[in-house]
Amino acid sequence: MSEHSHSEEHHVTSYKPYFIVWVILMILTAVTVYVSYLDFGTLNIVIAMVVASIKATAVALFFMHLKFEDKITWLFAIFPLVLLFLLISMTIVDTFTRITP
Amino acid sequence: MEQANTEHSHGLEMDPQVEYSSSKLGMWLFLGTEIMLFGGLFAAYAIFRAKYPEMFLEQHQELNREMGAINTCILIFSSLTMAIAVTAIQKGKRMMSAILILVTLICGLGFGVVKYFEYGAKFAHHIYPDTSIFFSLYFMMTGLHMLHVFIGLIVLGVLMVLTWKGTFNEKYSTPVELGGLYWHLVDLIWIYLFPLLYLIG
Repeated sequence: MSEHSHSEEHHVTSYKPYFIVWVILMILTAVTVYVSYLDFGTLNIVIAMVVASIKATAVALFFMHLKFEDKITWLFAIFPLVLLFLLISMTIVDTFTRITP
Repeated sequence: MEQANTEHSHGLEMDPQVEYSSSKLGMWLFLGTEIMLFGGLFAAYAIFRAKYPEMFLEQHQELNREMGAINTCILIFSSLTMAIAVTAIQKGKRMMSAILILVTLICGLGFGVVKYFEYGAKFAHHIYPDTSIFFSLYFMMTGLHMLHVFIGLIVLGVLMVLTWKGTFNEKYSTPVELGGLYWHLVDLIWIYLFPLLYLIG
């Protein structure tokens, strides 16, 4: 193993970042619960999904170490999300553009 | 990667680094299929919610938002302990890692207990999967998630025993890391299920 590539070694982090991420996750959970008691109309689901996505990103990047993974792992992680987006958006478009007699 | 052990067909001589990164890549691929598995249900949710918004709004109030919030906290905490367990074993701290996996496991059990009471309360109110489209989705999505929690508990149990017995160390901890990835995915899916089912409906 002469050449040293960033992906070849375990990335051993210290414990501290995990606690920071955890505190952020708890704050965002509190935010999401709090916002659900308020009425913003359709904005409610947008806020809830944005907050959930920030939380999911934090979990993936830090708890799942995606931040330290190589490009191919990123590709494997992102590609299902693209498919998921296609699945949901296409079925919605289909459902609401049908002409019902 | 091509030149790595062409003559060793039994594969025992594989470069540990290659083995490590391909195991992890395989796990991410599996997690991708898991996302697509739940994706079908999320798509169904999106369609029916868009079609019957008043039904979702009305019926989601039957769900116990406090219990959902408690379970969210439990799962996020269990993700934290699992992440630390992985780092601990990578630093060679065997006992610390085993204890943290045990804590993760207890949290997972706690999640199951809360869910058990939630389901029990629904059944007591005569709410079943065939009550409505909303509850059909609720039981299917949380049920499939619960199945993943159960599988995760088995994985964690095995990992805890093996870590305790000293199978893993700072040089080799791939199964702990992969088990951790699976557990974090279970957490990640719940992060979406909680607001979609309990908070907005």
